[in-house]
Amino acid sequence: MDASMSTVAPLVAASINAGTPLMLAALGLLINEKSGVVNLGAEGMMLVAAIVGFATAVHTESVTLGFVAAAGAGMLLAGFFALMTVWLGTNQYATGLALSLFGTGASAYIGISYVGHSLENPKFAVPFLSDIPFIGTALFRQHPMVYLSLLLCGAIIWFLYRSRAGLVLRAVGESPSSAHALGYNVRLIRLAALLFGGACCGLAGAFMSLVYTPLWVEGMVAGRGWIALALTTFATWRPARVLVGAYLFGGVTIMTFHAQGLGVSIASQWLAMLPYLATIVVLVLISTNATWIKLNMPASLGKNFHPH
Amino acid sequence: MLKLEKRPSPSALMAWLSPVFAVLLTVVCGVILFVALGKNPVTGLAVFFLEPIKDLQGWSEVGVKVAPLLLIAVGLAICFRANVFNIGAEGQLVVGAITGGAVGLYFDHGEGGGALMITLVLLAGMAGGMAWAAITAFLRDRFNANEILVSLMLVYVAQLLLSLLVHGPLRDPEGFNFPQSRMLSDGFLLPNIVNGTRLHLGFVMAMVASALGWLFLSRSFAGYRLQVGGMAPAAARYAGFSSRKALWTSMLTCGALAGVAGVAEVLGPIGQLTPSVSPGYGFAAIIVAYVGRLHPVGVVFSSFIMALFYIGGELSQSRLGMPNAITGVFQGILLFSLLACDVLIHYQLKLRK
Repeated sequence: MDASMSTVAPLVAASINAGTPLMLAALGLLINEKSGVVNLGAEGMMLVAAIVGFATAVHTESVTLGFVAAAGAGMLLAGFFALMTVWLGTNQYATGLALSLFGTGASAYIGISYVGHSLENPKFAVPFLSDIPFIGTALFRQHPMVYLSLLLCGAIIWFLYRSRAGLVLRAVGESPSSAHALGYNVRLIRLAALLFGGACCGLAGAFMSLVYTPLWVEGMVAGRGWIALALTTFATWRPARVLVGAYLFGGVTIMTFHAQGLGVSIASQWLAMLPYLATIVVLVLISTNATWIKLNMPASLGKNFHPH
Repeated sequence: MLKLEKRPSPSALMAWLSPVFAVLLTVVCGVILFVALGKNPVTGLAVFFLEPIKDLQGWSEVGVKVAPLLLIAVGLAICFRANVFNIGAEGQLVVGAITGGAVGLYFDHGEGGGALMITLVLLAGMAGGMAWAAITAFLRDRFNANEILVSLMLVYVAQLLLSLLVHGPLRDPEGFNFPQSRMLSDGFLLPNIVNGTRLHLGFVMAMVASALGWLFLSRSFAGYRLQVGGMAPAAARYAGFSSRKALWTSMLTCGALAGVAGVAEVLGPIGQLTPSVSPGYGFAAIIVAYVGRLHPVGVVFSSFIMALFYIGGELSQSRLGMPNAITGVFQGILLFSLLACDVLIHYQLKLRK
């Protein structure tokens, strides 16, 4: 194995690691949006989940329990969001924004006493496969959550396009009034979608504070919730494209960390801007073709439904 | 069991009462939160609502916080009425602080300054905020890119830009390597309007902005066109009102006001460029705009409430042993409360038989 290969493999591994929270959150948001609800509270849910997961892991010394608690916290917030938007009919954009602002504040408040704690970052390796040159280092030494997120992506593809329940979910997102007329309970279906999205954002937040950087820093999600929202548009609401997009963004993030190591002499802030600028570029590229977006976007996205 | 029943027509009374209910609901939530955290709720309320305004010094500090909140909220009221969801005012504020601060530092050699120079620096801040907002407006106008996400991404970029500058080109060479610029000299700082306090000219500018915002929205044809576009895009198109014009007008106005808010922080309470020039005023102003009913005069009252939240948060550290971050929690609760109370504009509560 030559030298360049041995430096590339860890970069691939790190990119996948960095892309995983984006993918988890974006998959959850994709399910939300397929049901016609956009939840701008992703950033807030991820932050609260990150600290709840971290605090749980610190007290119980179990990372698994941390993930469970974080998913629970995400679902709790998403349930509240559902109560507001789906039942009280509040504006989805404003409510999501309120959730993000609340989550930012609440996570900072809860997190004060956990600043300075850290968890150990155990090494994982898939038996046998991790010993394969290059591929082993690049793909098979990830946290189990990385593989779970891939399974989740596959499951969502199957659910959306191969299962009856997925068809109903998409119908609710395309035309809630038709789904309602057919006897489906639009509100409950949207609640279920939102709870699933909250759980995914919760896992994504916990991945940040338990695996990616196993400690708590105020505001550590650093816009990933918003980038995940952009990813669903980028992916034109297709789960497989979410996967590609998330890993691409993971790659951009990792490049910014390693560029200086590779001899690029540039202030770290310029590099740190890259994921945000990339999000803007991607949004611009994808939005230019308005018809294409319109064809792919769930038709009732952002609009509330009042059954009569 | 209670149920919601749609009103025949939206209640105008509730539209005005809802913000008041929302503030009261937030207070109730605050009391519950204080009790849950084992604090005395009476002391807690006093810290947030009495102590900040117990003397002239207190009022002036509230005014210092009102200035940026009100400036931005007036701009956001115009944006949201035009249905332009600019949530990146924080970034526009930061860039205003950068451009204004940089121009000020360039001309400041320890002496000079004066009214003309301060005006120039303010204009530089305004231009910076406008330019930053223009990026979002352009990408939305030309490429149909979602302004929520673009303006928000630009907040992170602006904050990194500020960090870059205060760690590099604008760092004080005699500042022991601290990431901050030189202090601006007195001739460059905004004059205080009440002796012995920190209340500066920015407060007056914010009040003027509120009055001009009201004139624009309520008394000008351009403001009327902009709001028709926001409320009924189809009707606006039919009438020949340009939605592009509404987008650009509202974004540039908001950028200008946020830019002024940013530079006024630098020329006012801060006096130099630091890595963080705002404790989230740009985001808090979104809540201020909504609670003020997107009305340029309404936001005067809501920015006062929000200023109390900020000061209360600062005091609660010493008085209650609660971290400053409690302000962010209350901000979120306030917006949730408002959205919930607003339901009563279109619906009424009925007892289910």
